[in-house]
Amino acid sequence: MTSQLTAYIDGIGLIGPGLNDWVSSYAILTGQQAYQSIKTIIPTPALLPAAERRRASDMVKLTLATSMQAISAAKLEVASLPSVFSFSNGDGINCHTICEMLASDDRQISPTRFHNSVHNATAGYWSIATGAMPTSSVLCAFDASFGAGLLDAITQVVVDDTPCILMASDTPYPEPMFSKRPIPDNCGIALVLAPQASVNTIAQIKLSITHANAYQFNDAGLEALRLAIPAARGLPLLQAIAQKKMQTVVLDYLDNTRLAIEVTLC
Amino acid sequence: MKPLLLSHFTATSCIGRGLQQTLEALRQGRHALKPCDFETVDLPTYIGEVEGVDEVKLAATMTDYHCRNNRLAQLGLEQDSFNNAVNIAVEKYGSARVGVFIGTSTSGILETEIAFRHRDAITGSLPADFIYSKTQNTYSVADFVRQYFQLTGPSVVVSSACSSSAKVFSVARRMIESGLVDAAVVGGVDTLCLTTLYGFNALGLLSPQACRPYDATRDGISIGEAAAFALLERPSANLEKNAVLLLGVGESNDAYHMSSPHPEGLGARMAMQQALKSAGLSPAEIDYINLHGTATPSNDAAEAKAVTSVFGHNTPCNSSKGATGHTLGAAGAVEAVICALALQHAFIPGGLNTKEVDPALDLNYQLKSLNQPLARVMSNSFGFGGTNCSLIFGLAGPYESHCQQESVVDQ
Repeated sequence: MTSQLTAYIDGIGLIGPGLNDWVSSYAILTGQQAYQSIKTIIPTPALLPAAERRRASDMVKLTLATSMQAISAAKLEVASLPSVFSFSNGDGINCHTICEMLASDDRQISPTRFHNSVHNATAGYWSIATGAMPTSSVLCAFDASFGAGLLDAITQVVVDDTPCILMASDTPYPEPMFSKRPIPDNCGIALVLAPQASVNTIAQIKLSITHANAYQFNDAGLEALRLAIPAARGLPLLQAIAQKKMQTVVLDYLDNTRLAIEVTLC
Repeated sequence: MKPLLLSHFTATSCIGRGLQQTLEALRQGRHALKPCDFETVDLPTYIGEVEGVDEVKLAATMTDYHCRNNRLAQLGLEQDSFNNAVNIAVEKYGSARVGVFIGTSTSGILETEIAFRHRDAITGSLPADFIYSKTQNTYSVADFVRQYFQLTGPSVVVSSACSSSAKVFSVARRMIESGLVDAAVVGGVDTLCLTTLYGFNALGLLSPQACRPYDATRDGISIGEAAAFALLERPSANLEKNAVLLLGVGESNDAYHMSSPHPEGLGARMAMQQALKSAGLSPAEIDYINLHGTATPSNDAAEAKAVTSVFGHNTPCNSSKGATGHTLGAAGAVEAVICALALQHAFIPGGLNTKEVDPALDLNYQLKSLNQPLARVMSNSFGFGGTNCSLIFGLAGPYESHCQQESVVDQ
């Protein structure tokens, strides 16, 4: 039995190396403009209260920024929006600092460091910033985190008949963790999914599990990005949407289990 | 929601390996919290440690996964023939049709904490045998379980602090109902580590004695560790009367504060109400509430307000954390199993360690174990970042007669 799950994409957010937002990345993803890997720029999050802004990590700022791109395009009431957060790791700098302190003679880590260490810290800050009280799934599937997040988001849309926002983000670890997990830069994708088409709908997607090979970019720079940062495993879907033609794109997920997505522009 | 069958389940915590020991400890009111002697930790607190975790041997093909969390996961999987039950499900449905959805908060971080003590003196690099992806990474335990059963279907870790392994039931519910899988191994595994012990200490939330949920003088948590699992499947037509079903799920965010619950328990109330709605039940139809009940002053106060606002003052309730300690990312799954045992064996486990229930928390808090038939129970799990999850479990017999009554009313 193969299931095919249908949802509508109403908003997209994108930030990564050389990719400043979804709209300006169009030309790059369609090949009209050459891709250049320039260090990711994360905008200052206006939505966070000043105290939280000071304590917010790159992960929080990145995720807020991609989600706001997607939500403003979808023109949805964020306070009533269920959410899925999928990160291949948490805040790397915070984790590094805690491990360093715990290996030292003074193990008294700060309360803020500790509550920022939970994998759902970003979800907590995001819900405080947006006032959203519906459920948040906070997930990790290592390199498969984008696909795992997309699966959970689309099952919310299909089973619970609700719009849902997926936020997949990754940030680097400093050394010595970097050598063990070399994520080179910040990258995040946000997608607002809905159960029905609306005036704001960008594309329809039909998702199923496949063993077909994953799509690889022809552009060496984009392909390197796709492979280097788990959130960027979702970029081929964004390219398919940017190209504005009906096609099926296969995204990497777990081992040889992958996600086939039929994209139809609306 | 469409009910799901917990066709098999198991729990391993400081009160016992597997269901028999767990049941005996719950019936006898035996906790296993002890003064903290874990690793190099020097803190005046109590812990709930599972004995023998370090002696667990991983299969030769799985040695890259070596960390306390995965060893405890394997120990847990091998109790009550749970692994055999999963293997039978895999034969029945196929390896691509059994999902793995596991909750953890700290995964194998203890390996990293120790690795940081052994950095190269010149380069600062971590030891060569430290394998990040298979140990520290948050996904490690689901990956481990998936490889243990040689599964090829969907898999993910839910890591939302202390609601993690309650929320896996909701992820599995959606995956099964959407048709992506036919069965799911759900569970929670969390192990003692320095990050949580020193972290909760920094927040002033560790009790210097065995934790006393809902006590008038409660003063914090006791951290425990556990592995608990359930196999979820669509129920067949002819269920045994004492089969346990997942009947309802409710989830919410406080959207209030990173480490303090909403003072009125607003998010918790929403989660409980949503769970009742998804089960099609009224508050009066819940026979027992297994509270989150961490024994911090603010958690228990906020939860009591939320419970009162939904249920009033009479529904029997208490917290299991006096017995097991707070097993953090494993707590949801451990307490789901405790609820399943309470349903099948017709008793309410005692609320241990608590001497005088806080009169300000006006609930029907059960201190003593009580034999009493239960048809439906609720389990609450809340966590840092304001994440809330409530689950409702029930026995198949009462559920079926409830449905028959409903259909008579409908006619």
